[in-house]
Amino acid sequence: MTVIIGLEIHCQLNTNTKLFCGCSTDYRDDGPNTHVCPVCLGLPGSLPVLNRQAVVYALRVAKALHCEVPEFSEFARKNYFYPDLPKAFQITQYDKPLALGGYIEIEAEAGGEKRINLTRIHMEEDPGRLVHKGSGDRGRYTLVDYNRSGVPLIEIVTEPELSSPKEARRFLNKLRATLEYLGIYDSEREGSLRVDANISIKGYERVEVKNITSYKGVEKALTFEITRQKGMIRRNAQIVRETRHYQEARGVTTSARSKEMEHDYRYFPEPDLAPLQVSSWVEEIELPELPDTRRDRFMQQYGISLNHARTLTGDLRLAEFFEEVASGIPEVAAPWTADILLGELNYRDMPISKVPVPHFNALLEEVKKGTITDTSAVEILRLLLNQVMEGSTPEMPGAVIARLGLSKEEGGAFREIVASVLAENGPAVADQRAGKAGAINFLVGQVMKATRGRADPKEIARIIEDLLKE
Amino acid sequence: MGSKMSFDKPDPDNAFITLCREIDYQEGPLSGIPIAIKDNISTAGIQTTCGSKILKGYIPPYDAHVITLIRSAGGAIVGKTNMDEFGMGTTTESSAFGPTTNPVDPTRVPGGSSGGSAAAVASGLVRMALGTDTGGSIRCPASFCGIVGLKPTYGRVSRYGLIAYANSLEQIGPLARNVRDCALLYSCIAGYDPRDGTSLDLPAPTPLRSEIQGKRIGVPAEFFGEGVDPAVASVVQSGIQRLEELGAVIVPCSMPSMRYALAAYYVTSMSEASSNLGRYDGVRYGQAPDTVRSWHDAYSEIRRAGFGEEVRRRILLGSFALSAGYQGKYYAKAQAARQMVRDDFERLFESVDIIAGPTMPTVAFRLGETSDPLSMYLADILTVPANLAGVPALSVPCGTAHGMPVGLQLIGRHFAEDEILAAALAFEEGSA
Amino acid sequence: MVSKEDVAHIATIADIGVDESELELFTGQFNAILEYFGILDSVEGMGGATRSRSNVFRDDVVVPSLPHEEILKNSTDPEDGFIRAPRVI
Ligand SMILES: [Zn+2]
Repeated sequence: MTVIIGLEIHCQLNTNTKLFCGCSTDYRDDGPNTHVCPVCLGLPGSLPVLNRQAVVYALRVAKALHCEVPEFSEFARKNYFYPDLPKAFQITQYDKPLALGGYIEIEAEAGGEKRINLTRIHMEEDPGRLVHKGSGDRGRYTLVDYNRSGVPLIEIVTEPELSSPKEARRFLNKLRATLEYLGIYDSEREGSLRVDANISIKGYERVEVKNITSYKGVEKALTFEITRQKGMIRRNAQIVRETRHYQEARGVTTSARSKEMEHDYRYFPEPDLAPLQVSSWVEEIELPELPDTRRDRFMQQYGISLNHARTLTGDLRLAEFFEEVASGIPEVAAPWTADILLGELNYRDMPISKVPVPHFNALLEEVKKGTITDTSAVEILRLLLNQVMEGSTPEMPGAVIARLGLSKEEGGAFREIVASVLAENGPAVADQRAGKAGAINFLVGQVMKATRGRADPKEIARIIEDLLKE
Repeated sequence: MGSKMSFDKPDPDNAFITLCREIDYQEGPLSGIPIAIKDNISTAGIQTTCGSKILKGYIPPYDAHVITLIRSAGGAIVGKTNMDEFGMGTTTESSAFGPTTNPVDPTRVPGGSSGGSAAAVASGLVRMALGTDTGGSIRCPASFCGIVGLKPTYGRVSRYGLIAYANSLEQIGPLARNVRDCALLYSCIAGYDPRDGTSLDLPAPTPLRSEIQGKRIGVPAEFFGEGVDPAVASVVQSGIQRLEELGAVIVPCSMPSMRYALAAYYVTSMSEASSNLGRYDGVRYGQAPDTVRSWHDAYSEIRRAGFGEEVRRRILLGSFALSAGYQGKYYAKAQAARQMVRDDFERLFESVDIIAGPTMPTVAFRLGETSDPLSMYLADILTVPANLAGVPALSVPCGTAHGMPVGLQLIGRHFAEDEILAAALAFEEGSA
Repeated sequence: MVSKEDVAHIATIADIGVDESELELFTGQFNAILEYFGILDSVEGMGGATRSRSNVFRDDVVVPSLPHEEILKNSTDPEDGFIRAPRVI
């Protein structure tokens, strides 16, 4: 059963002001309805005026994604009723979008690159935000915060060319990285990237899944929906063409009642906004270094592996972080950043921007000099991250090494500890003398435990053999 | 600096919805002149209803651009005038606040939709007033009440704060008892406003002069076609003859697109209105919806109870004209027809300076005379072409028929307000 | 020709309540009006009334928003700074 996935990605542009009014888009730390004016509240008589920067940002995306920008584009009204939509229409683009076509290349399942084609990119305004209150049939009501109303969005629509949730995740990773590199999007703003997906099994009806509000939810939502559809096919049940909502908390998709979805949007050109003629601007746009170029440069400049380069360039802040710490010691910095640090950050759900560069740098220096073991280095890193999380002043690795006595000492210092471990583990010593496999590892492990990881395991093994020979 | 005025006059024609009894005003070209404002223009702190129950009690938190301009020019805003609900009418009878009567004959309508503004001026309650004109809503009541009214070029006066009925057609404009006052108020409100993306950055209006000598005046045969009351036609014909006597050159001509103009106007305005009026759901302003019901039910109920019949008729027809399967037949065709009207004007203005004809096909109707919507729509046939093309047009009194005022309509090229005002002044002086 | 059902359907889309008696009235009127609009059938071409301008922008500079009290002033019964709306679930 072949899976066919197409995505519609809504991305908030990182402008100072909203798409059609001068209200600030920096509302996330403020109370509801504090960043609102007659325009974004849809008060009678207010008129929209287009934010030039939003158009520049959208064109930057269009150019980076290899789209064609037609000579004319225009805004249209999409008419429907919902309490988050203060004018009862959304200003969007319909039959004359800002950009057409384009593509993104992602890592293919079988290795190499796979090209995912885009249908279009258009601009539109974000609706407000609803909060559901009360319970019971008569008790429920809705509260609205219009701070988000009018924030500029671009909607990027792909062709149905993705074949698995994993590919969809890779596509989104690549897209998100590109948007960040372009400086038009802030991944740390909550809800700044939202996804709708069209999913079908080849030969069957297509289902639209809306409301995937976190980019991490996409793979889960797609996997659930594909399993659901395959299950229905196996049971010979009919898949109906419908819209389903993704329930983030439960990780399931549920059918939207058909009446709610009975829309006739009655699109027509927005009379209050002049058409756009901006195709000539594209030439003048200078693109920054994008993820693929940076990945190739990292491999060349730092001599690191494709996998490490791909991981490190997959996120703008991570790439910038790496460049700060990589300078003298890329061969240490690459695995420690891409494999170890990233793992620890994911575990803590902590952004890379919180990691103090001088501290991490000093830690890498210690690793490079060989003053501490890898185990100790990880311990120091965890301590560092925990200190940042708790909000206490992070200690420099040198101080931690001294305080906890983690410095990898010369073999001599451990001879006593090794001797006592051997004395306490008679049976294992006997096994070792008898040449039983694994006995040495057990003994080394015991010593490591007793030295809390400060010792170099190879060095310990050598000392054990030395002592047993005596 | 600031002065105070009190305004406490009886309003026998029901021209006002809201009266401001104590008014502060500043020094300026309009200093201390009482000015009435149509109730679809937002006034900070003063109730603004559009003549609709659904906006009863709505107090805008901001001033329309024209209000800011009038206040800084010293105008004394004495109240908000009655109008057809949301501007949808030709009689001011569809207001939720009761009809306005015509000061010339209280058994007749003042015209619409700016009927309150026209009646306030014609009865002498105020010297001038602002109206809005989407398909004739300034010129019609000016004609019916025997005063002067100007619809400026689309984009000449900021619409910021004008509560939209049909965005692509409407303009705010002045009504006054004579051309000089009309031009004075116009000169205070014309100009660029960055908050209206359709507003144009043009030089200020030139001082009013009287000029008609040598002007070529086109008179389209279609303006005297079927439906035009012969008595009205004859009054206007003699008015045009007077223009000739004053030195104008009369050029008979033809506007074939008139055939489509009314349908193009109604399809466009209803379509835009159906979208513009979607926001009246009671959530953010206006009468509160029942929040316990689901939103479609709550909205349907508040919009049933809050909008009058004509408004609902137009919202439904406009929604239909934009709906899937019908948009190509109605909305798209209307835009093509609109282009034909523009092309006709462009062609005519290559050989004439001004186009003249009657403003309205008849004199003011009797109150309650017409209840059939289509025949009411047909009364707009002579005023809608200027809105479709965005060109300036005015109505100036030119005599009476059946004892009621008749208006002469003068239509100019884009941004040629000065030229049609100059011709109107010459006509007014020549008639005096 | 539009039927009563067509008018009722449009009323649903437009969120406008229409009484049964009105439905009858509107349907008759709509047919008369739409018949008149039928004159547009003889217009050649579709859409595209030329728009005289393009590229009208403002700069991306923050302008103060309305005071919070002004935003809530015209709404009924706001709660914790939110505006109250009918339920959606
Ligand atoms: Zn705003």
